[in-house]
Amino acid sequence: MRIPLSWLREWVDVPASGDSATDADHVHAALVKVGLEEEGVHGGALTGPIVVGEVLDFVEEPQSNGKTIRWCQVRTGTTVEGEPEVRGIVCGARNFMIGDLVVVSLPGAVLPGPFPISARKTYGHVSDGMIASARELGLGDDHDGILRLAELDVSAEPGTDAIALLGLDDVAVEVNVTPDRGYTLSIRGIAREYSHSTGASFRDPAKALEVGEGLGHSVIVDDQAPIRGRRGCDVFVTRVVRGIDATRPTPRWMVSRLQLAGIRSISIAVDITNYVMLELGQPIHVYDLARLTGGITVRRAHPGESLVTLDDQTRSLDAEDLLITDESGPIGIAGVMGGASTEVSDATTDVLIEAANFDPVSIARSARRHKLPSEASKRFARGVDPLVAEPAAQRVADLLVEHAGGTIDDLGSAWIEAKRPESIALAEGFVDRLIGVDYSLDEVTDSLGAVGCKLKPEGDGWLVEPPSWRPDLVDAPSLAEEVARIVGYDRIPSELPVAPPGRGLTRSQHVRRGVGRALAAAGLTEVLAYPFVRSADNRLMGGDDVAQVRVANALDAEQGMLRVSLIPGLAAIAHRNLSRGLTDVAVFELGHVFRPEAGRTYGVDAVPFGTARPSDQAVAELEESIPHQPWSIAALFVGDRRARGIGQASEESGIADALDAARLIASVAGASLRIEAGSHPALHPGRTAALLVGDETIGYAGELLPQVALDRDLPRRVGALELDLDRLIALGSGEIAATSLATFPAATQDLSLVVADDVSAGAVRDAVAEGAGDLLENAELVDDYRGAGLAPGTKSLTLALRFRAPDRTLTAAEATEAKNAGVARAAERFGATLRG
Amino acid sequence: MPDTPQISELAVEAAVQAALAAIAAAPDTAALKAARSAHAGEASMLAQLNASLRDVPNDQKAALGKLVGQARGRVQQAIAAREAELAVAEEQARLAAETIDVTGIPVKQAVGARHPLTTMMEQMSDIFLAMGWEVAEGPELENEWFNFDALNFDPDHPARAMQDTFFIDPVERHLVLRTHTSPVQIRSLLERELPVYVVAPGRVFRTDELDATHTPVFHQMEGIAIDKGLTMAHLRGTLEHIARSMFGEGARIRLRPSYFPFTEPSAELDVWHPTFTGGARWIEWGGCGMVNPNVLRAAGIDPEVHQGFAFGMGIERTLMFRNDVSDMRDMVEGDVRFSQQFGLVV
Repeated sequence: MRIPLSWLREWVDVPASGDSATDADHVHAALVKVGLEEEGVHGGALTGPIVVGEVLDFVEEPQSNGKTIRWCQVRTGTTVEGEPEVRGIVCGARNFMIGDLVVVSLPGAVLPGPFPISARKTYGHVSDGMIASARELGLGDDHDGILRLAELDVSAEPGTDAIALLGLDDVAVEVNVTPDRGYTLSIRGIAREYSHSTGASFRDPAKALEVGEGLGHSVIVDDQAPIRGRRGCDVFVTRVVRGIDATRPTPRWMVSRLQLAGIRSISIAVDITNYVMLELGQPIHVYDLARLTGGITVRRAHPGESLVTLDDQTRSLDAEDLLITDESGPIGIAGVMGGASTEVSDATTDVLIEAANFDPVSIARSARRHKLPSEASKRFARGVDPLVAEPAAQRVADLLVEHAGGTIDDLGSAWIEAKRPESIALAEGFVDRLIGVDYSLDEVTDSLGAVGCKLKPEGDGWLVEPPSWRPDLVDAPSLAEEVARIVGYDRIPSELPVAPPGRGLTRSQHVRRGVGRALAAAGLTEVLAYPFVRSADNRLMGGDDVAQVRVANALDAEQGMLRVSLIPGLAAIAHRNLSRGLTDVAVFELGHVFRPEAGRTYGVDAVPFGTARPSDQAVAELEESIPHQPWSIAALFVGDRRARGIGQASEESGIADALDAARLIASVAGASLRIEAGSHPALHPGRTAALLVGDETIGYAGELLPQVALDRDLPRRVGALELDLDRLIALGSGEIAATSLATFPAATQDLSLVVADDVSAGAVRDAVAEGAGDLLENAELVDDYRGAGLAPGTKSLTLALRFRAPDRTLTAAEATEAKNAGVARAAERFGATLRG
Repeated sequence: MPDTPQISELAVEAAVQAALAAIAAAPDTAALKAARSAHAGEASMLAQLNASLRDVPNDQKAALGKLVGQARGRVQQAIAAREAELAVAEEQARLAAETIDVTGIPVKQAVGARHPLTTMMEQMSDIFLAMGWEVAEGPELENEWFNFDALNFDPDHPARAMQDTFFIDPVERHLVLRTHTSPVQIRSLLERELPVYVVAPGRVFRTDELDATHTPVFHQMEGIAIDKGLTMAHLRGTLEHIARSMFGEGARIRLRPSYFPFTEPSAELDVWHPTFTGGARWIEWGGCGMVNPNVLRAAGIDPEVHQGFAFGMGIERTLMFRNDVSDMRDMVEGDVRFSQQFGLVV
């Protein structure tokens, strides 16, 4: 909402410092205190001397560039002692005549831009100022020629200050209006709020009017289908003005205020309705009376009805749309937009003014349905004072009479069935208990009185009747807010509450923090990708039949799916880093993935309505209505794990890094991870490890399928890891039971076993460990040899074994016996033989 | 024993001098070893002189014996001293030989980085944990009831349309990407025993195109406290504490009246600090207020008995003005250089 200060001053006393920027700051500061957030300042971007000039004479001079300029003699009066009274000014426009009054910016003036004016040499003359166009003065878009005061119906002596004359010094402050305070979408509401903030006295523009009686244009409100039980219209006021001249220019001051408020001047009739809407907050519609057929009926749309609206669009109407109709059919969508058939034109002489009050829900739905958010619908959706309709209609009629001629006809009407706002019981002390301030009784009653409430003592407090323009005042806390706001939030003291002892982070939260820190310490960089991916990405990661969640209104329809895996996002990020010249990128993300079950329908038919807690069953249904969204952890390794350096060869990253990261994560989660050969649709078939805890597969580590990597402009070898962190944490041990350490000497032995080359090394090690029993403390695979000395199709695996007994020093014979038991198990399981 | 040298004071002194000269001249431990063998070994002059003591008359034996013993002692001492000297020199030479250019050593294990948004959420959570609050979490894809209805957003109220919501297909099923972490507040109130003091950090979604100051996916830290007797003064105290913890003791806060469906009264939260970029100034930080009774009712809590406050702030915004991040895109694009500026802290 933009508020021209000159307009505000009509209804509340605002100090004038002489500097519009200072005044704007002051008004902003005052309004912020009561909850109207500062958005900006408009206008006021020009400084004088800017004066009225009279064109005494000019000579047309054709130029070599094809333009013709006028070398003018302009009488500008004497503004400064010793300055000439007549100045020579070069002008490019030719839309004026000798004797015209124009606006001249003299040297030293600054026009909006900023565009400073000085005497300058141009086209062979020294131009001692500039004759201004309407646009240059910030008076609109018209730049076809210079501004002639005759166009504005303005006359003044040459030398008169044009800034004051044309209201060019006015500025508008813009504030952000929260959706609960529809009444502040008006000068009336803002002036009231300004008075709340500063104590300046407020004059209600709605009460400054003498409202005439309306006797009888036929209006019937017939709402057969109220939305949510609320009648669509409860006030409908009309006024008739006959014999206007619709072609009259809108007065300069009105155009200027509308413009500052951000509304374009259209025609006198439309401008007046907009002016009154801005002043009183009441949207108004005017009809060409001659184009109306019979009386007006307000009703819901019938099936199949349509309407051509003012913007010449044919709108198919919905049964929920509230309509203004006459005997010809629909003539407007109530509160949203009027129809073209009854629009006022230059030929209009008689008008019917409509000022009505419509149900916020009905208007909001129609505006959304027809995608017509208008100044009117914005106000209705936030609630318009039902009692301002009649003064507003009168104000429009009065202004039409004053500025467009015509006379008020008694063929108006006023149907007002607005309900009084419900009174609210407010106990004494309630405000103090909620805000934490000891307010005096006067502070409470005065504050509520100031905002327009009527208080009646009742019980241990008051019965408070809110004013008609405050539909947001519905309960005691909303009244408490008014008191706190009017007295000032600065009065609220500071007190630290004492919470009961907390339990700290949950185990899952601890593990997630630990995982993030460990991976970062291990050289990976955390990133946060958007969860929006292509359907193909999800199919790649989850298989062709993977169930996916689609966003209905995605910003990019291509990427309209929620991720089932973090890998595609990481791949895009890795690529972005490479494209910016980096070569070695190890990134991880810890985030949610979205894993709906195939064939299941999520969501609910209807959400519980009302303010009561839904039943346990309804709450359970709501909780189960969303798909599974586990925490996932994923990492990608591109380029080298170790860069080339002095005395250091580079080392390419790959599956080994993915496995290291997996082991690190498992360690943080207290889980013991098992690694087996696995397969995954996006991973290299020969370089994929399934990650298991117990018998449950919780993720994969490996390398991306080279084609998958190349498709994403990544190098052929990319290490990748993803696992379900929720499962890992659930399966990991929360409590670790420490075993006491054996300190007797260890016995170490190496063991080389020959097996078929397709036997997994891990499985051989596991078999040896199993067979060797408790004495074996550790078994590391240290070599995989193939070639000379071995039969084709076989390999020799070397294990370094460490044996230890908890209670004695092991003899070599004991260790060997355990080793042989391990060998026997491997032989039995894989046909392993000792390498000679 | 014709070869046996004649023992005399003179001969002993000459042998000692010869030994000392050879020891002093030994340039390394090998030469010292040779000198030891030549001048203190079994075939050395001193050994021979010692041997000749046998032939000395008894009345001179004691004096000459002492003379030879002292001489051998002097030589042994010299050897030990020279040995120590040479060991130091040789160790120094070895250290010198092992010297490398420490400024050119390649990185064996690079250090990575956490995302500063994550670290900042942890930092803020820790401040609340220290006060006994707990950290609550909830789903990102949420039922509309938790995201809106339970928070007193009327289905037809303009405030609901202002949330720029991402809806899940099909929209008639009432699922959305949460537009704030407030649904976690409702879940906490439904699940937990009163009193409740929790913060909810997390990801939220609005249909804003990505630019320097907007991103459709961002992070919030919200908090809610429901107890008996909580007032707006407690809200201010809590916010002041978090502001000082986050920005330093010089931080101040300001509350401005505002509107949110889930709080009444509602306020905008501004924070002021002398060291903000652009100088000491007020910066809009978040929203807050006393929890609307309708929100408590939706969670089955009697607003006549319990009341409390809630607040929320944007993490991206906080990082921007606290750590001078000027472009939102740096936080979301995943350029590792961004996170690496912060390392493991924020």
